Amino acid sequence: MARRRKLGNAGIYCILILMSIVWLFPFVGLVLQSFRGESGGMVQYLVPKEFSWKNYQFLFGGESNFPRWYLNTLIIAIFVAVLQTVIIICVSYALSRMRFKGRRMLMNIWLVLGMFPGFLTMICLYFLLKQMGLTMSGAVPGLILISVASSGMGYYVCKGYFDTIPKSLDEAAIIDGATRAQILVQMIIPLSKPIIIYTALVAFMAPWCDYIFASYVAFGYEKGYNVAVAMTRWVWTNDYQGYFTRFCAGGILVAIPVTILFMCLQKYYVEGVTGGAVKG
Amino acid sequence: MDETYRGGGALSRFFRWLGKDLKEIGLSFAEGDWKTKLSFLIMGFGQLCRGQIVRGLSMLALEGGILFYFFDFGWGYLKDIVTLGTVETYKEGRRTVYGDNSFLILLYGLLTIVIVAALIFLWRVNVKQNREAEKRLKLGKRLPTNREDLASLFDKNFDKTLLALPVTGIFIFTVLPIIFMICIAFTNYDVTHQPPAKLFSWVGLSNFKELFGIGGEGFGNTFFYVLGWTLVWAFFATFLTYFLGMAVAIMINKKGIKLKKLWRTILVMTIAVPQFVSLLYVGKMFAADGLVNGLLLKWGWIQTAIPFWQNATYARILIILINLWIGIPYTMLIVTGLLMNIPAELYESARIDGANVFQTFRKITLPYMLFVTGPFLLTQFIGNLNNFNVIFLLNQGNPKSLSLAKNAGSTDLLVTWLYKMTINDSNYKIAAVIGIMVFLVTAVISLIVYNTMPSVKDEEGFQ
Repeated sequence: MARRRKLGNAGIYCILILMSIVWLFPFVGLVLQSFRGESGGMVQYLVPKEFSWKNYQFLFGGESNFPRWYLNTLIIAIFVAVLQTVIIICVSYALSRMRFKGRRMLMNIWLVLGMFPGFLTMICLYFLLKQMGLTMSGAVPGLILISVASSGMGYYVCKGYFDTIPKSLDEAAIIDGATRAQILVQMIIPLSKPIIIYTALVAFMAPWCDYIFASYVAFGYEKGYNVAVAMTRWVWTNDYQGYFTRFCAGGILVAIPVTILFMCLQKYYVEGVTGGAVKG
Repeated sequence: MDETYRGGGALSRFFRWLGKDLKEIGLSFAEGDWKTKLSFLIMGFGQLCRGQIVRGLSMLALEGGILFYFFDFGWGYLKDIVTLGTVETYKEGRRTVYGDNSFLILLYGLLTIVIVAALIFLWRVNVKQNREAEKRLKLGKRLPTNREDLASLFDKNFDKTLLALPVTGIFIFTVLPIIFMICIAFTNYDVTHQPPAKLFSWVGLSNFKELFGIGGEGFGNTFFYVLGWTLVWAFFATFLTYFLGMAVAIMINKKGIKLKKLWRTILVMTIAVPQFVSLLYVGKMFAADGLVNGLLLKWGWIQTAIPFWQNATYARILIILINLWIGIPYTMLIVTGLLMNIPAELYESARIDGANVFQTFRKITLPYMLFVTGPFLLTQFIGNLNNFNVIFLLNQGNPKSLSLAKNAGSTDLLVTWLYKMTINDSNYKIAAVIGIMVFLVTAVISLIVYNTMPSVKDEEGFQ
């Protein structure tokens, strides 16, 4: 019996090691390519013939707007993380703790709205932003506005968490003379730290990948790009050969802080996705 | 959800409610004093007279604001919504004289309709407030003071304070655009009808006919081809990742496996690294002159490069496989958290009864997981139907094929096709129709799954 188990475990170790190689292979490749000295696009060998810093030097050498793009994305991510979290907390509290007329209807309408594909409304949103002067040079506030405006519909995970906090706590606080607002700020928020961190983390990570709408809104004004737009263009342009290693270097610089942040807050992320998966 | 399902009675219930409500309004007018009566015209008048300054002023301000908007701005657009504009833009010598702008007419016309509806709703609230105030005074009770009204916004009416901003935001940036685009599906708004230079107008159902029509003008073949692949993709992307992710989680969780944390951390890397970095790189890795082909050639496993992205079948399989790379860690995280909830005694007694690993999985783990993660599977499936990033960042829906209409590629999902139609072809009318189709597919699948899901039908199954 013990031998069989040992054999089984050995098999599992083999699978896990193999999987780890597959999972890490692209990242190793990405790092190595970012230090590649020779020019050209994707090459057919993994380890560069010549290591150099020149791709990173290019990014910060003033030839490209990379620092500006990076800053744009960072600003968007911070604002979206803060504002979106505040809005989701507000909506979740109202829907979870309070009973008012039309509550069920509101939730059903939002559910149905969520079934429309996001890109459907792209031109209309672009136009609305244009009317407000928030395209091209105003792309950064425009993108923040769009991400935050509709974020109330993403309340599911947070509300699910609020639902698990016993209602008797609220009732006790009300008897003690607390108002609803005080209950939210002084009781629910401190009790919901994990889910708030999860919400903020997810909101913070999304803008780093936002390519579709961002490219549309900032189109024609290079300084308004975020990293995803700018660097995707590098890979897709005709001059991709010249920019591929630079893309890798930029990708590394984007990935490192986001990955570190994610790894530090992984515990909360797991709690959030698990709770969200179960409650829907 | 259950309230919406009583179906047939809903309409009659609505009319009964409407009748009752109209009667109530009539009674408010007939039985009300002159303050109430005047409030029917000047909203907030009664409240002001009775000392409820905050309520009265806000009602009055809202009425004034909406009426000003309507006459100063909204009506000018609303009156043309039937035709979407008749005056063409033309050139007078070198000067361009702008005519009607169909886009603006439709957008602001819709906005005006909704704002008028809001006014009617507010008016109803206003009438109700007057009636209630009157009733209270008659009974000798006192009315809530202004201070109490304001304080209630942070206590009894806190929900209104909390929801005001999110609901407005969702209305302007989601509801209005969706209604607008649904309307676009019934117009001829495309590259040859672009405001402000050109007008577009209502065309009824002809866009739907074009999309579904097989042969001739229509491109129904392409549509059903893309729809078919979208469903196949969503199915494999959801269930393959689900079962494999579960297998990985169970392997890592197994007793005697060391370094559990390390394995998980390695896998989770794909969630942490922004997709545009990882997917773009992986996409290039599989290019004809890419790293994978290079290594395979070097090791002598193949003689010529495999055209991963040029061959439709290869591209499809590859996309599903690469999606495993993204999706397995996600399922693994969720399943790991849930595995701990299964009572250990179940496994213990199964082991004593002589069940092997696969039997315990099939009889205990799998039913429990399916039960608990039902909603997750549904959202994953819907998410995959609309999984733009994986498809677009890897190969933009290519390879293109001559047998497909409107620039569709063999790996295009409905959403990526919609995106191309909007960005590359400015074919907004068909894009809108496809958007509606995506909605219908999503809604139908959700309804079916929701009604057959064990965790909905039998809520206490595992408690």
